[in-house]
Amino acid sequence: MSTTTAAGVVHEPTFLNGDEFHIPRFELLRQDGTLHPQAAAPEFERETALRIYRAMLFTRVLDERMMAAQRQGRLSFYMQSTGEEGTVVGSTAALDPGDMIMAQYREQGALAYRGFGLDEFMDQLFGNEHDHGKGRQMPIHYGSKTLNYLTISSPLATQIPQATGYAYGQKLAGEGLCTLTVFGEGAASEGDFHAALNMASVLQVPVVFLCRNNGYAISTPAHEQFHADGIAPRAFGYRMKVIRVDGNDVLAVHQATRAARKLAVEDNQPVLIEAMTYRLAAHSSSDDPSGYRSRKEEDAWREKDPILRMRRWLEAQGWWSDDEEKHEQETRRREVLEAMKAAEKRRPPALETLVTDVYAQVTPALAEQLAALESHIRKYPDAYPKSAPYLDRDKATGGRDHG
Amino acid sequence: MAEMNLLQAINNALDTAMAANDKVVCFGEDVGVFGGVFRATSHLQEKYGRDRCFNTPLVEQGIIGFANGLAAQGAVPVAEIQFADYIFPAFDQIVNETAKFRYRSGNLFDVGGLTIRTPYGGGIAGGHYHSQSPEAYFAHTPGLRVVVPRNPHQAKGLLLAAIRTPDPVLFLEPKRLYRAAVGEVPDEDYELPLGEAEITREGTDITLLAWGAQMEVLDRAAEIAEKEGISCEIIDLRSILPWDVETVTESVLKTGRLVISHEAPLTGGFAAEIAATIQSCCFLYLESPIARVTGLDTPFPLTLEKEYLPDHLKVFEAIKATIDY
Repeated sequence: MSTTTAAGVVHEPTFLNGDEFHIPRFELLRQDGTLHPQAAAPEFERETALRIYRAMLFTRVLDERMMAAQRQGRLSFYMQSTGEEGTVVGSTAALDPGDMIMAQYREQGALAYRGFGLDEFMDQLFGNEHDHGKGRQMPIHYGSKTLNYLTISSPLATQIPQATGYAYGQKLAGEGLCTLTVFGEGAASEGDFHAALNMASVLQVPVVFLCRNNGYAISTPAHEQFHADGIAPRAFGYRMKVIRVDGNDVLAVHQATRAARKLAVEDNQPVLIEAMTYRLAAHSSSDDPSGYRSRKEEDAWREKDPILRMRRWLEAQGWWSDDEEKHEQETRRREVLEAMKAAEKRRPPALETLVTDVYAQVTPALAEQLAALESHIRKYPDAYPKSAPYLDRDKATGGRDHG
Repeated sequence: MAEMNLLQAINNALDTAMAANDKVVCFGEDVGVFGGVFRATSHLQEKYGRDRCFNTPLVEQGIIGFANGLAAQGAVPVAEIQFADYIFPAFDQIVNETAKFRYRSGNLFDVGGLTIRTPYGGGIAGGHYHSQSPEAYFAHTPGLRVVVPRNPHQAKGLLLAAIRTPDPVLFLEPKRLYRAAVGEVPDEDYELPLGEAEITREGTDITLLAWGAQMEVLDRAAEIAEKEGISCEIIDLRSILPWDVETVTESVLKTGRLVISHEAPLTGGFAAEIAATIQSCCFLYLESPIARVTGLDTPFPLTLEKEYLPDHLKVFEAIKATIDY
């Protein structure tokens, strides 16, 4: 069986490099908040638009506050989504709440949109006894079963083939749901990316691959990551539909994702979206971008701020005002600070959470190791302030498993 | 009861699991219409359709990444890696993802439904890349179960248990025995316990411990030893991780001597872990040092495979040396 198209025969060596393909960028909103003249006004309910905007704004406020807290030494680590809120929130808003999201690590806006509680954010960031992840992972590794948001895993790109598999399960279940997986242009260099796209295309599964092309993988600029015209052309190699969108244009991201979701769910076909955006903040609290890019470059992108752009559009609709903006920002800032104070004070997870969830049941060997550790901690309680003070209380309550 | 070889028993277990639960899905390279290069998945596509038994592209990291996601979704994937020698592109997905899925999410998500089947071991003139026994790499990874059957009856019962346990399992199949090991296998659905070793022969002078294809090597060595008046107790570990310390300890407390054998290289092999644990549990009862009979610390060879492998004669010599210590 031939698997290549009949594109004719040539009689001298003929090389192609893909430059024949020209991938346009889909945009609706200009930076001043007005629509491009040829663009049709998107169908948007006021309520949805405001929910998107509030989630973006909340993400910005959370990031600013938590980065400051990290600088004050209150938090071990943090990662901001600044500049990319439009890509993340715009795409999430186009999904069904039942759709699975498998994100990389800079997608807190998706959780904000879906209604992750402020305390849930804080408890994870501080790894306290209420953290769903039981204090086992670094800050920003959120997860929510009820909101269909897979717990973040640090290794890059591993979530991409998992999304293909998850979506295959959704296809078999036949419930009309899909999976959205998000990753950076750097992670797209990993083998897992290629494995995932090829398998999704061969097996025809309802998955949307969303690449946040934000210009940098830590310090490595995109032009040192790939030689091609971005990530989008890779889709052709898998005969997959692809769209490139202005990632700082929330309306365009939303519309593109909604259309991609329709293809995925109705035709069981995977789709790649490349969202062109920019990581305005550092890679993480451990990074300093001044060593690899200019202030001028950053300022140029600050002009294209997705939040500002949407705010202007909302104001033009008469759906948002300066007063509302001021009130929203102040309220959210206050709430974040209050929640942070409360989360900081919560106790760490119980000692036994060290050995639970490795297997469905704690094995005899792990129970032994825990008992030996507990005896040791009782001998040197001052050396283990996160567990020693709680040992007796936890024993009395039957060694509850927190979270 | 029917007489089956080990491959037929595996095929029968998969058939049983797929019939009992329509969430069970089998896939891997050449697994679909062809039924796998060893034919372990023969006729499953015919019987259960292309959605539940299918070929994947040739990409091990993709197969296991896909399997992790599918298991997280609630399906029960049985992924085949064609040879254990080719599992390493999937090492990241297994070690960093499969093994940690439940732990890192605080039990919000898990891939407990996942079973990874893969043929391992030498003796088939397979050279470096169709002969390795990689169990020790995975035994160093909390969160995985590693299981190895020794015969057709064990293979069906352990594989059914592996598919149904709420933990992810790496199921290593001794490919040298695929057609060589033949035995009675019950027609009905049954499971054998994971994490439990089995004493396959009782004895008083020395304990011999192995798993998988190495079990028949122990049997032959014990036969020779018996003729010299040495009574061997033989244990099949069955589960490498988590492993049954209690059964091995009890036996060694009784015999005072232990010989462990595996095909994988000596250094860092799983016998080292067992030896360390057993000397700690049985120190004052040991009559002699714990002996290891293993492959050499070399890549797996081809022409001199027989010389490399820990055969019954090498095991017999270790038994004598341990008894005469």
